Amino acid sequence: MSDQPREQWGTRAGFILAAIGSAVGLGNIWRFPAEAYRNGGGAFLLPYLIALLTAGLPLLIMEYTIGRRHRGSAPASFRRLGKPAQFIGWWQVAICFVIATYYGLILAWAVRYVGFSVGQEWGGDAEGFLFVDFLQVGDTPGEIGGYVPGVFWPLLAVWVVVLVILALGVRRGIETANKIFIPLLVAFFVVLVIRALTLDGAAQGLDAFFTPDWGALTDGNVWVAAYGQIFFSLSVGFGIMITYASYLGRRSDLTGSALVAGFANSSFEILAGIGVFATLGFLAAGSGGAVFDTEGGLGLAFVAFPTIISEMPWGGFFGVLFFGSLVIAGLTSLISIVQVIVSAVQDRLRMARVPAVLMVGGLVALASVLLYPTEGGLYLLDAADRFINRYGIALAALVAVVFVAWILRKLPMLQGDADATSAVRLGRWWRVCLGVVTPLVLGLMLIDALTQELGENYEGYPTSFLLWAGWGVAGAALLVGILLALIPWRREDTPVAAHSDDQRSK
Amino acid sequence: MSVSAVVMLIVSIVVVWGGLLLAVLRLRAHPEVAEPPESPESHSL
Repeated sequence: MSDQPREQWGTRAGFILAAIGSAVGLGNIWRFPAEAYRNGGGAFLLPYLIALLTAGLPLLIMEYTIGRRHRGSAPASFRRLGKPAQFIGWWQVAICFVIATYYGLILAWAVRYVGFSVGQEWGGDAEGFLFVDFLQVGDTPGEIGGYVPGVFWPLLAVWVVVLVILALGVRRGIETANKIFIPLLVAFFVVLVIRALTLDGAAQGLDAFFTPDWGALTDGNVWVAAYGQIFFSLSVGFGIMITYASYLGRRSDLTGSALVAGFANSSFEILAGIGVFATLGFLAAGSGGAVFDTEGGLGLAFVAFPTIISEMPWGGFFGVLFFGSLVIAGLTSLISIVQVIVSAVQDRLRMARVPAVLMVGGLVALASVLLYPTEGGLYLLDAADRFINRYGIALAALVAVVFVAWILRKLPMLQGDADATSAVRLGRWWRVCLGVVTPLVLGLMLIDALTQELGENYEGYPTSFLLWAGWGVAGAALLVGILLALIPWRREDTPVAAHSDDQRSK
Repeated sequence: MSVSAVVMLIVSIVVVWGGLLLAVLRLRAHPEVAEPPESPESHSL
């Protein structure tokens, strides 16, 4: 049992660095460049910035405000905001559980690739090396198959590091780790980009990336893609920012910090776009053909980049920087994802941090280590990631905004709260963005996604496999959220009056 | 690089990194407030 005061960040900079560490993840490095290229190149900047200002930052500020006001994990904060909303918090916890299990796996691959880069062990066939030699991917989606030791051990190591950092606490663990890792990540990436820009063909790559296609702006899909990119890259919608803001002091700034974190995230994305496309330009110059239409994601990081690393002078050094950056960016994000679950359990069961970390983290790590470092692990990851992103994070965010703005009608109160202590005051635009723009765009994104899903099976996977590994996983997260919210709280576990809007209004 | 690509490269960097710089400056002008440590009884949850 724990009646300790709630932990707090040591400094404002520590909180902002942790928020940046959470937002800057794998998606910034491998998703943004591909999305921007496919959706108008340089012209993508316009919808991207509008999406940042009208959905990304307003949502970030909403989550910060809810977290700081109610000083609790996602479920506790939503419960204090209005009892019926509690299930959203538990839903987000379940989503974080799913994501944490496979996010750790990608980190484990990146850790191995730091080592592989030194001797360029993939030889002349990076794709064959990844799927056959390293991952030993099985033939049938849905079959777990045997364990792959080369993935199992680094995955275990990743989990030990994450759990040790979380066990050290918000200030000594998470804050200290981010104060070390974020400057290190920036340093790694700046060196990487400088190296990329000095490669032959770099200008050709940047030309492909930044040449604007203004016609794309009349295409609705481009706008949906811009909102999707902002949304997934900012780490909003799954309880992380509520959790991190719950460790802020009552008088700390919210909106100014959100602006810094949001723009820092986008700054990193632009840097990643420059680095990735300058590098792809080198490959194009060598092969004489256009190779820019990358899908992004795993193929870009673990197939295209190794191929390029083998061809460039000082390739090993470049590989260590690139995969090292992936490890750092992913690690700081994974820490924040697991913290959502740890803090929910701590609040609900009134547990001290270390037992909560051991119990929760142990459970996530166990699921991760049992399911994924296997021959069928890649298929599981692919299906779970696709469906939990769309019908987990995006759907939960839509439900959260609708609840806060329209059912509980808390936006004016939250605005007053944020304005009372913040560097930048919110205007009516903030309520309009959250009440109208964000739900509309999220709704459109989901309709668009559903149309694709019903049109053809994702990646041509068998329907039976998608039913449990995709739809099943996303549906189970919602179900778990609802069931956990139905468990009654003991009297002494209910929030104190000072924190609860329900009780305050009585 | 084409002129339009160079222009968009510069605009992207100026807008996004400039936005970050402005946000940092704005925040620095709003100093951090020292807060007293909280008492345990204010946290029953």
